[in-house]
Formats: sequence, C-alpha cells, structure tokens
Amino acid sequence: MTDSRPVLTMTGISKSFPGVRALHNVNFRLFPGEVHALMGENGAGKSTLIKVLTGVYDTDEGTITLDGEPVSFSGPMQATAAGVSTVYQEVNLCTNLSVAENIFIGREPRLLGAVRWGEVRRRARALLTRLDLDLDVSAPLGSYSLAIQQMVAIARAIDIQARVLILDEPTSSLDAGEVAQLFRIMRQLRDEGIAILFVTHFLDQVYEIADRITVLRNGGLVGEYLTAELPQLGLVEKMIGKELDVLEGLEEHSRRDLGALEEGTPLVAVSNLGRAGAVAPFSLTIHAGEVVGLAGLLGSGRTEVARLFFGADRADGGQVAIDGTSSSLRTPAQAIDQGVGFCSENRRAEGIVPELSVRENIILAMQAARGWLRPIPRRRQDELVDKYVKALNIRPADPEVPVRNLSGGNQQKVLLARWLITEPRLLILDEPTRGIDIGAKTEIQRLVTQLSDGGMAVLFISAELEEVLRLSHKVAVMRDRQMVAQLANDESLDAERIMQTIASGSHREEADR
Amino acid sequence: MNDTKGRYRTLIGHRLFWPVAVLVAMLAANTIYRPGFLSIELKDGHLYGSPIDILRLSAPLILVALGMTLVISTGGIDLSVGSVCAISGAMACMYISKQPDQNSLAVVVTALAMALGVALVLGVWNGVLVAVIGIQPIIATLILMVAGRGLAQLITQGQIITINSGPFRSIGLGHLLTLPLAIFIALAAALLVAAFTRRTALGMIIESVGGNAEASRLAGIRSGRVIFLAYVVSAVCAAVAGFMMTANVSSADGNAVGLWVELDAILAVVIGGTSLAGGRFFLSGTILGALIIQTLTTTVYAMNISPQTSLLFKAVVVIAVCLIQAPAFRAKFSRRRRSAPPPPRPVADKPKEQVPA
Repeated sequence: MTDSRPVLTMTGISKSFPGVRALHNVNFRLFPGEVHALMGENGAGKSTLIKVLTGVYDTDEGTITLDGEPVSFSGPMQATAAGVSTVYQEVNLCTNLSVAENIFIGREPRLLGAVRWGEVRRRARALLTRLDLDLDVSAPLGSYSLAIQQMVAIARAIDIQARVLILDEPTSSLDAGEVAQLFRIMRQLRDEGIAILFVTHFLDQVYEIADRITVLRNGGLVGEYLTAELPQLGLVEKMIGKELDVLEGLEEHSRRDLGALEEGTPLVAVSNLGRAGAVAPFSLTIHAGEVVGLAGLLGSGRTEVARLFFGADRADGGQVAIDGTSSSLRTPAQAIDQGVGFCSENRRAEGIVPELSVRENIILAMQAARGWLRPIPRRRQDELVDKYVKALNIRPADPEVPVRNLSGGNQQKVLLARWLITEPRLLILDEPTRGIDIGAKTEIQRLVTQLSDGGMAVLFISAELEEVLRLSHKVAVMRDRQMVAQLANDESLDAERIMQTIASGSHREEADR
Repeated sequence: MNDTKGRYRTLIGHRLFWPVAVLVAMLAANTIYRPGFLSIELKDGHLYGSPIDILRLSAPLILVALGMTLVISTGGIDLSVGSVCAISGAMACMYISKQPDQNSLAVVVTALAMALGVALVLGVWNGVLVAVIGIQPIIATLILMVAGRGLAQLITQGQIITINSGPFRSIGLGHLLTLPLAIFIALAAALLVAAFTRRTALGMIIESVGGNAEASRLAGIRSGRVIFLAYVVSAVCAAVAGFMMTANVSSADGNAVGLWVELDAILAVVIGGTSLAGGRFFLSGTILGALIIQTLTTTVYAMNISPQTSLLFKAVVVIAVCLIQAPAFRAKFSRRRRSAPPPPRPVADKPKEQVPA
C-alpha cells in the first residue's frame, strides 16, 4: 500500500494565532488505502493541522497537494467537494432531522428546485447498506445512539466520492462494541482505497487499526512511523517527549489502604437515593480522603449517580447525611455550599463558558458561592488563577484568552482549577481524562492522588477500569442503572473481577473490553 | 510587523472602532451638507446646537438600551420596554394632573415614585414569566408589549393627558451647568449600571449565564435570580426613559409614547457589539449605538429627506453599520484586497503577549 503515490501531502505547514504558534514546519502525507493515525498531546497541533487541511484556517506557510496538484481550500465545503471529508469528534449533525435528511442536507438531489425525497431516502438506504447498517432512514437521527450517529456522519462523508476521510476522535464516546463496528467500516473503506486520517487518544485502537503513525508535539513534527515498527512505549515517549517515570510512579500508589479511612463519620452518606428513569435507589458512603471509583459501561448510570450527588438532577427519594447530620443536595448551589464540586463529562455543554476568559472560567464557581455582591478582588483572582495555571500546566498560560481557544485537555484543566479553588470536601470527577492525552491524563491522576492524601474525598468516574483501579480505595459497580456492588480495592480486586461484576452473566460479551 | 502597522491593527481591531467611525462619518456628512452643523452657541446660560440636541434626544434611548443590554446579555430580549415607557409616563402624568398644585416638587416626586413602583411590578412580571415559569423571553415580553399599551390607555382613560408642571418638564427640557438635564440623567444611569455590573461580579455572572446557562447552573450560579434581575433593571430604565419622553411634550399619550423604542434599543445594543445570542455585553458600545441611531434620525430631518423615504434611508444605513461590523464580512473584503486574512479572533481587547505554545 505504500508503494503508490501519496494522495495527499502537506509540506512545511506553519500556522500561528495571536500569542500561539500552533504549527511549525510540519510535513504530513497520506497514501490511498491506509489508515494513518495522527498522534500527539493536547495542544500538539492535531486539530489545527486538520483545520488547515480542510480550509477552516489558512496556512501561514507551506503547501498542500492533492493527487500532486497544489490545492488551497477556502472552507470545509470546498474541501469536501474535492474529496476530503471530515467527521468531527462532536457529531455535527441535526438530531431533529431524519437520518436521510442528515446524509443529504445541503446537497439534496433536486428536480426543478424541488427536493426529490424518494430519491433521498433510496440513496440513503443504499449508502447505509453499503456500510452494513440497518436503519430506518425516516426516523429522527436523535432516536439512535451516539455511535450510530457517528456512522451516519461517516456515511454522509463518504457519499461525496471521498478519497480522503478524516476522523477526528470518532471513538471517544463509543463503547467497545461500537468501536468494533466503526473499525469494521473503516477497514472496509480502507480496502476500497480511501485514505483515512484517524485521530484518537486510545493507544490500543491505534495499534489495532492504523498502518502508519505521525506524531506531533508542541506544534512541531516528531516523525512518521510504520505502526509495526514503533512499540507502544516508544510512541508514548515520542508524544510526551519525556521519560515515563511519571506513569510508573503512579503504579506504586495502586493498592490503597481503605481500613484507616473508613473509621469515623462518613463525609457524605446517602441511602436509597434514586431518580425514576435515571438510576435505581442506591446507598453509598464516602469518607474524607477516600477515592471512590465508579465503574460500569457507557449508559450504566455512572453519570446519573454523580448528578444526584451534586444536585444537578433532583432525587425522587432517599436521605443524605453530611458529617452525620441529615442534609439535602437538591440544587448545585446547595451542593456547593456543602463543599461538593462536580466536573461534568460534557465539557462543552455543561462545563466551560466558551467566550469568557480562562480567568473568569476558573473563578466562576467561587464567585457564584460568594454571591455577586462580593466580587473577588482582582489581585486575589490573579493570584489564584496564576497558581493553578502553573500547577496544572494550562497552555497557553495567558489567563485572559477566551477559554474556547484552548484545546480540550486544557479546558478540562480549567474546569478542574475552577473546583480546586473552591477547596471542595468532595470532588466529583466524571470522565476527567476522556479525550485528553497521556501527559495530561497522568497529571490529573497524580492530582487526584495528592488531593485525597490531603483529605479530599473524590468520586471518580471513568470508563477505563485500569484508571479506576489505580486511584480508588473502593469501587462501586454500575450495571443497567443499578449499583450492583461495592468492592474494596484490596489485592483480590482486579479488572477481571470488576468486568465479571459488570457482566454478571448476561452482559458477558460487552465485558470483553 | 513594524510598530505603526501594529498600532493600526490594534486600533482597527478594537471593538468600538467601527461604531465610532460610523458616527464620525455621519457627523462629517452633516457638516458638509450644512457647515454650521457642529457649531454650538451659548444663549441665556444654555448651550444650543445640533450636537447638544442629539445628546439630549438620545437620552431616553440610551436609558432603554442600557437595560436592554443586560437582558440581551442573559440570552433574552425585552420587547415590552416601549409599553413600560408609556405606562410609567401615563402614571406620572395622571397623578400630577389630578393634583391642585402641579408645580409642587413633592407632587412630582410622589408621581415618579409611584410610576417607578408600577415599573418595578412590570419588571417583576416579565422576570417571573421568563425566569420562574420559563416562557421564552420573546413571547413572555410580547404579552406586556401588547397588553401594556392597553394598560396605558386604561390609566389615561383613552385621553391624552396634558399637564403643566415645571419640575416634571425639567426632566426632559431642564438644564444643569449649561447642558440639558436629560444628558446627566442618562449619564448617571450609565454610570450606575456600569458600577452595578462591573464593580460587582454581576456583569460576569450575567455573561456566564448568557454564554452557557447549564454550565453556569452547574457552577452554582442561581441563573433564575440573575435573569429575573435583568428584566427588573430593564423595566426601571424604561420607566425613567418614559418620564423623559412625556416630560419633553408635557403630555402622556398611551399610544404614542415609546412606540417602537424597543426596536431602536435592540439595534443600539447590537451595533454596540453585544451578541443577540447572549454572553459578553458592552455598555459603552450600547451608548455609542444609541447615539448613532439618534444622529441618523436627526440627519434624516436635517437633510430634508422626505418622510416617505426616511425609513428606507435609515434601514440602508443600519444595514451598512451591521455589515461593516461583522468580522466575516470584513474578512471577505480584506481577503480580496490582500491574501492574508485578519486574525481569527474578532474581539481583541488588548495585544496579547507571546506565549510559548
């Protein structure tokens, strides 16, 4: 597959934004019929490279050729027309429209100006059959899972005679079965000769599907490698550009002593807390300094539990005791007053306020708790923000930049900082490491350990069992919107046992992950 | 990039550059058409001249637009401000007209207090509909926009109430330190709103709610209260504007007072750079926007543009102002001129330092 000519080359690409050099002299090439993984930490320049390629941004320097012809797209529409299609991390489709409408929106087959709906549906059906998807093309897209929506986005992308398909973190919200389905489609497209550019943070997936890897770091090119010739450890080293002591250091923390913590009054004790349609009543206690992991498959009710603990949703029934005295957590403001903080898994919709600056986003929760009449003095704001921008290594380190200009991992750190300055007694982290790179992931994991050593209780939610096991004193397991077990993290607990608990027989195949 | 060019870019990039440029251009056009346009003379200890007139006449619009800015920043809109102007004006005039001594300061103060009280209630009504019951702002305030005209008619019993009260008249036509009192009232309101939002954390909290309501709720902001407050402030601002409008003519006409002022106010806010989608708001921009609209109205009169075409003329200028401010539109033009596009960040308040990526 590599002996042919590249379908796409990018040579000497540079791109700067005010205050940030996003790309510097980067080369990239893509051959037909290959899956090429683009790897790098948050802020390495992956997204910028894709946006330069698809014409969202102009280049400052460098050339792009498609089939040997120099091209310069003025926008994604033009790129798509030339055969370069992109499917973004967050699916950019309209969930209220039907599947068929979504596939053909903006380029419906027309007759005398009128849309030929029969034709639209027929072609949509044919296209989905090609991808082995059996969907009702007239049903609203929103009635299907996120994974199916992703496939529909891909169907839309490849219908336009795509020769280059760009998948920007398509798997970050899919479960194992859905990822397998996506990979099947990717292999099929690859065999048809389409060049696929694949961005992901999951190393295993790279080694499962990619033929070739290009690594970026800090806006510069590190190198291009054949997957078969680059071991995982080597890849990680190239991505973060430092030795892996950090990762190994964390391993030593793995088995954490629960006994000492469980003495005394629990910080938060809930009993029979539940919400119809979201999660069945459950009881859970969390002590100061304890990390409680919440494991379970996507959609098993992990997030719902977290939202009840924070008052983001209102519980139907049940009791809450804080420090042993009866209390309630009915609204976020009330929970915050009690010393609870919550980092939502949905950064964009429920976390950041995009147009406010990094500084304003960080002080938001603290300011809300003080009330608007008592503004935090500017000097104090700057102190706090500077401290956390440094401590969490938020880049760019300019607190006055609108937070929407930051990469996903850095936005996550901003949210963490928002809660850390409120000095919560219980911090709820819902998938804090999802969709972010290894370096930032390690930093966040280390932070959780430090915080709990300092006496903070943490409710830690993650789809990665390894991460849950590494950090937690106790693991609560969710299955089908029920809390089915609470397991102490002693020598006997391993990923295998958690998976068995999640599976409990009926869900065996999904637990293979 | 050399220093002069950099400074030029910073100036062009400033969010108030285009509104100021448009205002200056309009004043210049007027001066060319009528050379004496900018001259100001001192008569009987008062300053007179077109610029002073523009300032005085734009005072009510500035007031309404200030409140509108906060409401729009929360992601809402307040269509009822015109009706609130009419109701508060009618209320004040009605009370004054019933008193034996219309020139008594106490009577006027009581009238204003009563009318402000009614405006507060109206603001609370809007706030409850939007923030508590959760009706879409455009619908919720449409109710009062329509019903409010009826309410104003009820207060005046369908008549045009004419009063003869010196103290009340001075709200619209009085002078202080050679300048019209209305200018000082508008200025004071602007400073008050600015202090109220920027000296406290209210401004940031409003912007946060408008920027992402759910994220704000999860950060512990009681968004309902903030939104509620914005509608109350808007109604109070509109009431004071209503006093000015009625004081200008010493009469209250439930149908005519503040008619279509909501549209001018929304326009002023948008020209000032605040997005109709909510989020960041700019009080100084709003004031500039109000001045632009009033200058435009004055220009239409001054240039003897026929009433039939004046609205069309206004519309054309407004479209031009909005286009010239849109980053996408400007980018298109500068791209055509030179290949390098402007930086992607539309709002650059100050030059950013170099940061290691």
